[in-house]
Amino acid sequence: MSQELREERIVKVQHKDGLHMRPAMQFVDCASQFGSKINVYKEEQCVDGKSIMQMTMLAASMGTQLTIIAEGKDAAEAVEALSKVIENELDEV
Amino acid sequence: MEILKGIGVSPGIAICPAIILEAEDYRIPQRFVVRKQVRAEIQRLRQAFLDAIEEVSQMQGTQAEIWDSRIKDIFAVHLHFLRDRSLRKKIADLISENFYTAEYAVSHILRDIAKHFSQADDAYISERVHDIYDIEKRLLRHLIGKRQEEISNFSEPMVIISQDLTPTQTASFNQHYVKGLATDAGGRTSHTAIVARSLGIPAVVGLGKITQTVASGDRVIIDGTQGTIIINPDESTIDDYKAMAEEMVEHETALGELASLDAKTTDGTKIDLLGNIEFPHEADITLKKGGDGIGLYRTEFLYLDIDHEPTEEDHFQAYKATIENFGDHPITIRTLDLGADKFTHYGHNIRERNPFLGLRSIRYCLQHLHLFKTQIRAILRASVFGNIKIMFPLITNIMELRQAKWIVEDVKEDLEEEGIDFDHTMQIGVMIETPAAALIADHLANEVDFFSIGTNDLTQYTLAVDRVNERVASLYTPAHPAVLNLIRQTIQCAHRAKIDISLCGEMASDVEYAPLLIGLGLRTLSLSPPMIPEVKKVIRSISLDECNAIARRAMEFDTSKQTINYLREEIRKIQDAEA
Repeated sequence: MSQELREERIVKVQHKDGLHMRPAMQFVDCASQFGSKINVYKEEQCVDGKSIMQMTMLAASMGTQLTIIAEGKDAAEAVEALSKVIENELDEV
Repeated sequence: MEILKGIGVSPGIAICPAIILEAEDYRIPQRFVVRKQVRAEIQRLRQAFLDAIEEVSQMQGTQAEIWDSRIKDIFAVHLHFLRDRSLRKKIADLISENFYTAEYAVSHILRDIAKHFSQADDAYISERVHDIYDIEKRLLRHLIGKRQEEISNFSEPMVIISQDLTPTQTASFNQHYVKGLATDAGGRTSHTAIVARSLGIPAVVGLGKITQTVASGDRVIIDGTQGTIIINPDESTIDDYKAMAEEMVEHETALGELASLDAKTTDGTKIDLLGNIEFPHEADITLKKGGDGIGLYRTEFLYLDIDHEPTEEDHFQAYKATIENFGDHPITIRTLDLGADKFTHYGHNIRERNPFLGLRSIRYCLQHLHLFKTQIRAILRASVFGNIKIMFPLITNIMELRQAKWIVEDVKEDLEEEGIDFDHTMQIGVMIETPAAALIADHLANEVDFFSIGTNDLTQYTLAVDRVNERVASLYTPAHPAVLNLIRQTIQCAHRAKIDISLCGEMASDVEYAPLLIGLGLRTLSLSPPMIPEVKKVIRSISLDECNAIARRAMEFDTSKQTINYLREEIRKIQDAEA
């Protein structure tokens, strides 16, 4: 087994309507592009970052602090990209 | 195996998988499967997900241009949820742990998620609830069966289970596949009953809670003769019923041989048996069953079947198609009888406190002259192709009749000016279906060519009983002395005025009443086409004198129960003598 890489970052939700359907969908789409396992924590609650159901159930409103943890070969890239989604650096139409 | 008892309203036996219609609210009861069925249940769940994904993808593909990006997003979200493995796993786990049905598990999990959202402080997030309900409904639709609009697309034999059936729904049935009907509500004269009889398929109504007891896909036996439903019958029960069904077919065949014979009493009095029809194709059934014409052509289907108001051409084509096979046989077209329990798609519907006493039928037509004239023009144009008569429903006073006749004259003038041909001698009649009309029958008789007694409404209005309300349906019977007296009086008025008279309610489809009705002086009955052979058989085995005697005796009773028992007894004697 190759060595598993682990990357972690704390981010704040910047979408003014919270992590609603559309950004959650963007997040899941983005997470699914990576081979790493993605977990997202909101306080004690931990969900699979590749599941839209679980992500939306976080009910993360604007300003909520989330921890993204990626484990796998592309963990660093994954966390980098996902942070951008959460921090609303992608265009929101 | 579970047996439910209801009211059998159309005879016959159907053994088929069930489809539940109109589960709009999708309140899914907590139901279980047996352990060995768990895998199959999870497979059903998987298939529902796949079907739902396919459905949404297709919608995206075909309608992409007309949607704005917001709607596109919504469907994209739906797709994400449907493709979310952890969602599917959660539901599948619930099935394998608790042995729930897939429907219940879907409903349980998605409502859980919805509840979670609705409790969120953030208004935007709590709005997601609607998306979740949407997804739930989509999945359930695939699990439960087809969507309502797709009734016409069914391609396998099935029986339809529903709370009640609307005319709109029944209009879209594909007769090749719908083998039986069963409903929670309804009585002997409900729309479901009428449709089932005209299609010649078994039906049981007034079952109370069948929609909650049966799941789509359950095997069901509908015994319309006994009025029972058997859910998930065992093999030996199925065999018994198959044998019974075969026997009935043989009986049918024997009756079929009567088709070419006249409906004459043993002393040679000819009784005209006509068909009550709704759709043009039923005209063929009427002929096949040995009918002499159409005594009641309901035209509401034209208004219920399509999403726009029917044009003159829609009417004309339907009437022409019906007449073409009929030669000189008479066809009596009843003008639009919408309102009350029958509604159109395209508006005009104002909620009325008491729709059966409200703006319906001829009253509606006289307030919507454009719609009324369109129909009358089409009837007149079609009149050159055969022997057409026109009949106005729900007349309660003579002014309504006069107004309606003026409109016919008006339309005739228009046609003449335009040089369009029509039958100048087309007969005009009224339905006697309110106590008011029956009691002024002598006045009405002076101004029409014929009467047709509509016993369904006449009974309902005379006895003040809503015939589709199962809680009072037991009070509804045309054998009530008040109804029978109004019928007798109407017949006498028609005879005195020397105009034609017929009777076209469900009463005419009931063999028990045939001797009584003939004894009261009727020589024309209009009934549900599949019942023509049965009634003909009775007529051919009784004399006019016997009918007269039965009528005299039947009119002496003071309760409907005595009358019914007496008539039943007389019919049994006739049938025993035959056998």
